[in-house]
Amino acid sequence: MQVTLTHYLILSAVLFSLGLYGVVTRKNAIMVLMGIELILNAANINFIAFSRYGGMRLDGQAIAVFVIILAAAEAAVALAIVLNIYQRFKTVNVDEINKLKE
Amino acid sequence: MNLFDIIFYFFAFITLASAGIVVFSRNIIYAAFSLLFTFFGVAGIYVLLNADFIAVAQLLIYVGGILVLLLFGVMLTNKVVSVDIKTGTLQTLPASLLAAMTAGSICGVFYATDWKIVQSVPDVSTTTHRLGEMFLTTYLLPFEVASLILLVALIGAAMIARRGKTIF
Amino acid sequence: MSPELLVKFSLIVLLLPLISFVTLIFLGKRLSRQGDWLGTSVLFICLAISFFIMYQKLTVFDEPISLSFKWVDFGNVPLLGFLQMYLGLVIDNLSAIMMVVVCIVSALVHLFSIGYMKGDVRYTRYFAYLGLFTFSMLVIVLTNNFFTMYVGWELVGISSYLLIGHWYEKKSASDAAIKAFVVNRIGDIGMFTGILILYYTFRTFGFNEIFSAIQSGHIPMGSESWLTAAGILIFCGAIGKSAQFPLHVWLPDAMEGPTPVSALIHAATMVAAGVYLVARTFPMMTASALIVIAYVGAITAFISATIAIAQNDIKKVLAYSTISQLGYMVMGLGVGAYTAGFFHLTTHAMFKAGLFLGSGSVIYAMHKALHHQGDHHTDAQDIRNMGGLGKKMPITFFAFLMYTLAISGVPFTSGFLSKDEVLAGTLAFGGLTGHYLIPIVGFLVAGLTAFYMFRLVIITFLGDPVDANRIEHIHESPKTMTIPLIIFAVLSFFVFFSFNPFGASSGWFYHAIERPISVVPETVRATEIEKFEEALHHSHIPAMALSLIVAGIGILLAFVTYKWKKINADTLAEKYSGLYKFLLNKWYFDELYSAVIVGGTLAVTRILRWFDNNIIDGIVNGTAGWTKGIVFGYTDHSKEQKASATALLIIGGIVSVVAAIFVGQWFYGQHALISAIVMGLLTAGLTFFFFWAGAGGFDQRVVDGLVNGMAYFSGFFGILLRKTQTGRVQSYIIFVILGVMVLFYVFR
Repeated sequence: MQVTLTHYLILSAVLFSLGLYGVVTRKNAIMVLMGIELILNAANINFIAFSRYGGMRLDGQAIAVFVIILAAAEAAVALAIVLNIYQRFKTVNVDEINKLKE
Repeated sequence: MNLFDIIFYFFAFITLASAGIVVFSRNIIYAAFSLLFTFFGVAGIYVLLNADFIAVAQLLIYVGGILVLLLFGVMLTNKVVSVDIKTGTLQTLPASLLAAMTAGSICGVFYATDWKIVQSVPDVSTTTHRLGEMFLTTYLLPFEVASLILLVALIGAAMIARRGKTIF
Repeated sequence: MSPELLVKFSLIVLLLPLISFVTLIFLGKRLSRQGDWLGTSVLFICLAISFFIMYQKLTVFDEPISLSFKWVDFGNVPLLGFLQMYLGLVIDNLSAIMMVVVCIVSALVHLFSIGYMKGDVRYTRYFAYLGLFTFSMLVIVLTNNFFTMYVGWELVGISSYLLIGHWYEKKSASDAAIKAFVVNRIGDIGMFTGILILYYTFRTFGFNEIFSAIQSGHIPMGSESWLTAAGILIFCGAIGKSAQFPLHVWLPDAMEGPTPVSALIHAATMVAAGVYLVARTFPMMTASALIVIAYVGAITAFISATIAIAQNDIKKVLAYSTISQLGYMVMGLGVGAYTAGFFHLTTHAMFKAGLFLGSGSVIYAMHKALHHQGDHHTDAQDIRNMGGLGKKMPITFFAFLMYTLAISGVPFTSGFLSKDEVLAGTLAFGGLTGHYLIPIVGFLVAGLTAFYMFRLVIITFLGDPVDANRIEHIHESPKTMTIPLIIFAVLSFFVFFSFNPFGASSGWFYHAIERPISVVPETVRATEIEKFEEALHHSHIPAMALSLIVAGIGILLAFVTYKWKKINADTLAEKYSGLYKFLLNKWYFDELYSAVIVGGTLAVTRILRWFDNNIIDGIVNGTAGWTKGIVFGYTDHSKEQKASATALLIIGGIVSVVAAIFVGQWFYGQHALISAIVMGLLTAGLTFFFFWAGAGGFDQRVVDGLVNGMAYFSGFFGILLRKTQTGRVQSYIIFVILGVMVLFYVFR
């Protein structure tokens, strides 16, 4: 079967859903972050695939670089927040951190 | 089925299988390590898509940076290994239904859309050079803003995670 | 001097407080003296520039100066056509004067706060929020369209929230902040709806564009009642912000904020924003809308004036007096005395800000004295704990007395001028339209105002001190606090508004502010200006005489009761204890609202629970019992149960055989095999069904299943809905995803 654009897109769709599943079902905040990384990777595959099959115009790749940059920033800040939450609540279980309710 | 296709399926399999382990594994250490393979697989896909610079950046930043960061997070919050990592918010079945629904919808769109594919691929040996040019011309402003964001994130993360002082 | 330069100057005035806010919030703690000098000096610069702008506008430019720019262009939107949004500002006499009022009060409050807030935990933040508030207020003042007006409206709301809750460690303060915010939202919904009606009709937010469209006969939905509705809905915003009846309940609670904040926001500027809004939108108000406005103002003025008599907290008295005076202004605008209403806003801003700052000075002194005594239980704001402060704090006392004279409408004060004009307007209105209730309420409230204000002054400053020892420690406040008091006191004299102490109409203010020409269709227009002016001219002298008499009576009564003690207020209160309690408890508005809204919700849920328990379950169980009891002769005896089951089997068999014969006849000519199978299945099925039903299976499984299923279903959705408030991040993510999916399939 000849690999076409659709193959990449479906790969990314499945990866996205896996990431989504991870974000939604995990209790541990760090696992949630991992799910987010998967989602970001899925989006990046899409960008690069479109860039490749859209005549190699490279705009997609440039945006992929920005996504990676933001992912790095996000991971750093999110982990800092998780550490802070851990210090404060002595847990990283997102089910128990529901102060937003009040 | 030529070699290219075989390589694609190989990388796709690695990516999805290890992503599955990330998501379904009960042990957070296993999850973190299989995330490594996911990132590798995705980098391979990038190479197949003629995105050499991004592939290298993926390895450097995700594997070298973000993954290490996540592992540090796992280690520093040491009670995590003992925590049952399933959430009570959504059980496995509804969550899989949700994920399957999302995947189905997205795939449906991908199938149904008539993509305009430009088959002719120009010289691809110079993506790094061309990307560099783009960052200093077309994408100069976003590039600078991104650098600023990184700086802010760095300082902010250091400040938030400072020991002995909780911001909440 | 070109108009462009004036626009630039006004932009500077607008943006300087914002810059001060941003600087203070980020760098405030690093500045020397925590940055109070920055906020204060910025405001004084603004004051100077706004004075300049007003002078230029009043002397050189006749026409309003406006600046407009295209903010967004949506292009050709499907179903709507070309959609563009213009924003901008306008400098006319109204906004120029209002700008000066805002800047004066804000600058002096900044100065006062340096003394009053000294040593506060969040000193910097306090000054930052004052800057934010001034900026948002200026947005409201300068805007030329409803869009930015609404933005400023909400910005003012949030800065008011932040400042009321400045001492948020105190539960009452944070509660009051939330109350103010929520109550204001109710009014804002009305205003928002009004703006939407206007936008839907005219596709523009600009005041001038809307007015000229109405003038050319284009009105919402082609009906005048919609125009009236739009006017009243816009006025709802004013009801909320200006604390008019029935949304006035937040203002007294807002006194939990620092006293200078009360002076700035809850006396002089923000609460006047509602009046300003009515003045801005005056041309599009129909006669019926104006009558509604007039009555709301009158009711507010009356209710709060009566409440003010019975209050003992110095700030609460002033708060109710503020509501009452705001009611006066709204009433003035409603009856068509446009200039008088706005004039009263200006003069009231000066003396009411002064009154609040004066009370702040008193509270500050009391606090210090109580602190010195080591007394932490006595309420520093209760006037019953004061008395005889006049000798110890002469500057505060004389300034306070000056404001009190002004608010009571004693001649040679600014309050006399404006109040007299408002009252003359109501009298003229009463004469023209027959709504005599409004002038009656107006004069009554004038008397009440004089009475309760002098009661305040006498008890606080003149009477015998409650604790002589405490008085020893009372000292005059520092200069940063007394200077604003003196300035406001000076500004309460008549000369700043008109050289003729008995007629405002010859002053510059009356030349600057003229009632705009109504743009609404002739049939729903309020009384024409000429006729109104004519009536006003005639009612001027009687109004003045009457207002002098009622003010005199009020003041006299206050002296008789509280100074010379000819009438004992306490025995009077005991004699009419019902009335006194009613007033002391603020007409039970808070209790009423909590009973009606909170209790109403609870009552509805109780009714629904009863309905579910008795009616629904009753029907279900009743039916089941009835069926079982009568048809199947149900008893608990297992033997009889067996017998009835056997009987059922027989009945079921007979019925199914009959049915099978019919079906077989129908199928006969076609397929013998199929008919045989169908007959067999039917027989078996019906037999089983009847047997099952007889054994109670139908009831248990199907009927109960349906009912329980419904209950389970609603319970499930209840849980699902409650999940929206779990505070769990993941449930929010799930809703986002589901929302995206729904949108995706809707717009596919």
